Amino acid sequence: MIQLTINGQPRQFETPINVTQLIDHLALHGKRIAIECNGEIIPRSRFSEQILVHGDQLEVVVAVGGG
Amino acid sequence: MDNLVIADKTYTSRLLVGTGKYKDFNETRAAVEASGAEIITVAIRRTNIGQNAGEPNLLDVLPPSQYTLLPNTAGCYTVEDAVRTLRLARELLDGHSLVKLEVLGDPTTLYPNMVETLKAAEILIKENFQVMVYTSDDPFIAKQLEDMGCVAIMPLASLIGSGMGILNPWNLQIIIDNATIPVLVDAGVGTASDATIAMELGCDGVLMNTAIAAAKNSVLMASAMRKAVEAGREAYLAGRMAKKLYSASPSSPTEGVIARSNTATTKTTDKSA
Repeated sequence: MIQLTINGQPRQFETPINVTQLIDHLALHGKRIAIECNGEIIPRSRFSEQILVHGDQLEVVVAVGGG
Repeated sequence: MDNLVIADKTYTSRLLVGTGKYKDFNETRAAVEASGAEIITVAIRRTNIGQNAGEPNLLDVLPPSQYTLLPNTAGCYTVEDAVRTLRLARELLDGHSLVKLEVLGDPTTLYPNMVETLKAAEILIKENFQVMVYTSDDPFIAKQLEDMGCVAIMPLASLIGSGMGILNPWNLQIIIDNATIPVLVDAGVGTASDATIAMELGCDGVLMNTAIAAAKNSVLMASAMRKAVEAGREAYLAGRMAKKLYSASPSSPTEGVIARSNTATTKTTDKSA
């Protein structure tokens, strides 16, 4: 069991997963998002190879209305 | 053509608008369309996790293929948060490097923290971002930001969301006179005349959000702002007449007026008679 913190919320997973699997899990497939892991950007090209491990802090962001 | 050029890209509209504070995306789109803006600001925020997965996305309504999106760092109070936000924005927008940097001082006034802004600008420029920077109206700081390599300087007219208009046209004038890159008033515009005044001073453009979004009829105000910016720009290019308290120079010919009534003269004559 691993725990990830995603946008401030703790989430448990049975095994380490890669970023593509996380996106599918969060039903964000096909959405225009960007992801940061422990303060570092994960480029889209590395989504399938980047394995998330226990304790990783993730930020998943979108563009919203703003000035 | 009289175009706005920022970081080697040409725009026909000198009005830049924000996309916040609208009641829904339909209103956002209608107001943006009425404004004629080509550059629109967006914020970067956490997505909802596990809820509203199917909710519409701002970028579906205002697609990057149609607009130049300007991600901003609104809500950031530190160098680190501002830099991280714009790195995320660049990834989100497929390497798009034109950004709006603002680092705020406190949540009450939203006045920019220029110490932090200068530090953040330096890091972002090193990372090849094209930085349009929100700044106080301090001419010296504005010049420093230009010298560092920012692509546009965006001094406030008054505090963000205040609608107080242009409080210090003299500082803006000095910033404009000193700058060799575009100067855009960002923040504080309340109504159309404020935008016109900014443009008449010689600003290259105006960026606003609340003045349009908080109007009773936002779409109509967006249209008004479009005209106001165009009118101010044309007046600036036309070159205004000099101000005089009075001129003794009426607009109509002084020659050829019809015979003057002599009523006043007659009365005087009567008295003496």
